[in-house]
Amino acid sequence: MTDIYEILRGQKDADGNYQKKKVIVQGITGKYGSTHAKLMLDYGTNIVAGVTPGKGGQIFEDKVPIYESVKEAVEATGAEISIVFVPAKFFLGAAKDALESGIKLLVAIPEHVPIRDAMEAIELAKKKDAIIIGPNTPGVIVPGLIKVGIMPATPFSTGKVAVLSKSGTLLYEISNNLTSAGFGQNITIGIGGDPVNGTRMIDAFDMVKDDPELEAMVIVGEIGGDSEEILAQHIIDTGFSKPIVGYIAGRQAPKEKRMGHAGAIVMGNYGSAESKISMFAKANIPVAKRPGEVAVLLAGKMNS
Amino acid sequence: MRLLEYQAKELFKEFGIKTPPSISSKDIKKGRKDAKELGYPFVIKVQVPVGGRGKAGGIQKCSSDDEFELKYPQLLNMSIKGEKTRAILLEKMADIEKELYLSLFLNRSKRCYTIIASSEGGVEIESVKNQTIREVGLGDVDTQTAKEVANEIGLKDSQEEQFVDMLQRLSKLTIEKEAELAEINPLAILKDGTLIALDGKVMTDDSSNFRHDELQKYQEKSELEKQAEKSGFSLVELEGNIAVIGNGAGLVMSTFDLVSDNGGKPATFLDVGGGATTETVYEALTLISKMKRVKGILVNLYGGIVKTTTVAEAFIQAYNNNLIDIPVFARLMGTESEKAKEMLKDTKTKMFDSIEDAINGVVMEANK
Repeated sequence: MTDIYEILRGQKDADGNYQKKKVIVQGITGKYGSTHAKLMLDYGTNIVAGVTPGKGGQIFEDKVPIYESVKEAVEATGAEISIVFVPAKFFLGAAKDALESGIKLLVAIPEHVPIRDAMEAIELAKKKDAIIIGPNTPGVIVPGLIKVGIMPATPFSTGKVAVLSKSGTLLYEISNNLTSAGFGQNITIGIGGDPVNGTRMIDAFDMVKDDPELEAMVIVGEIGGDSEEILAQHIIDTGFSKPIVGYIAGRQAPKEKRMGHAGAIVMGNYGSAESKISMFAKANIPVAKRPGEVAVLLAGKMNS
Repeated sequence: MRLLEYQAKELFKEFGIKTPPSISSKDIKKGRKDAKELGYPFVIKVQVPVGGRGKAGGIQKCSSDDEFELKYPQLLNMSIKGEKTRAILLEKMADIEKELYLSLFLNRSKRCYTIIASSEGGVEIESVKNQTIREVGLGDVDTQTAKEVANEIGLKDSQEEQFVDMLQRLSKLTIEKEAELAEINPLAILKDGTLIALDGKVMTDDSSNFRHDELQKYQEKSELEKQAEKSGFSLVELEGNIAVIGNGAGLVMSTFDLVSDNGGKPATFLDVGGGATTETVYEALTLISKMKRVKGILVNLYGGIVKTTTVAEAFIQAYNNNLIDIPVFARLMGTESEKAKEMLKDTKTKMFDSIEDAINGVVMEANK
């Protein structure tokens, strides 16, 4: 499996610092893309190129050159990470451009990408041995080092807890609580709220679980699909022994209604909160009743 | 979107999947005409976007005008699991030998379509026993695979042929209409050996709506939900009296859970989204002001990129324009929350540091 840590931070240098990996922003001149490109630059993310067809040759914010295609941007910079801000209906084209140009980590921000388009992009990513995070994800952040996403900076601090979350705002809320309680984060990954995810819960778990600096994990799930159940079974099977705490949103949601996220829907028992919570219980993962309780449960687990 | 049975059957017919003769109506005048055209006996089937209608009495046999006049209004006025009747389907009774199950289903974890088939039909998908499951990538089913599935559920000769044909048509429907689920349940073998779709369920991918104008006539949204979509936020309308507003689907779901845990009944699930502006939040408040049953508004915001002051400004405008006079219980966290609290200090908005306290407040208000 492609090593997400290697892509995001590389190896430590002689002074013990990680590398500043290069990032491309697709859709950098759009309203959303430009706002977040600036915020990522502010965070210290090494944005080396933007892509907007028709605007090649221009410069973004006096420092980031804009190219016609990802192919050109990769040839010029050698970046392996790209973040996509294009409208949903253009996502598949943008993803193909990136994956066929050698991008190894594609962070897919757009919401409302058709499922078949996402599935096609994921198939291509598998062939190219690349990772897609999203669609409909807030992105990924290694606090203090690199932010490839739309998350605000303030909730996150450096540390040793990995947070994996389907929801964006719950990721911020819970990370903020963790930070306040003294649990900084080693990495946080937004899985995304869509029915089909480039990086599933189980993939994200496998990506982060072996990092020697990791001390604990927080899983923020929600109704819909069975990725939490499959992750719980995987945790049982692999015998992962570091503390894990969970939260599941949507316990009281009515059935067969989409609750904001395209993927947040219970059909029969498929995707229900009860099913997820009971599987977490089997895997010895306590589930908080409210977001604020996550840090408390984690503290309990860490001290036991 | 989740299609009703009669809508799913319209798609079945379009793709050449056999269904019993049936006609749908929304009022008794049209219903009477349909009854005459179809001829007794037939079944009257309530059309609701939720399962379990058989058990709830939503499917009734009917063999005379008297029975029709009695049952049609009953079924038209019923509601199942909170869902009112959307339409009535009159359908000829089939002479059933055996019931099977067949669906093409998007397996989200495996990220591929799966065929699920069983020789025991008529029950909900999760209770289908002796399932035959096949993964079929993006949904294309070749003849060999279809034959193997037919054989595994015990079909031979003419029935195998009919099944293969039906499955391939269902596959075509799934791909062309971008369905997440296309289900024939029960798939009946009639006494004369014909295979027919007795009931159907189709769910399509809402994100693909932009390339399916032909499906938009099936789109069922309340006026409020339509307006919300236009303004760029997602709203689910429910029957309670507490309007729940927040940013981000996960945070709103979580707030919704806590309201229900504490005995409150949500009237909305309203996610103003990651790109909320003062205008969109004002729009949201306008929608809520039209919902007369709402007795309290609960706001839970985690300001990130969207500043909490942006939201506070919308409330100030709503008060100034006398748009809302319902009590508001708010918890604002994150970007500029101190300033937002200051802005709302002298308004009818009660501010709380913890969401639990805000919820207690709004539930007490709504249950007064």
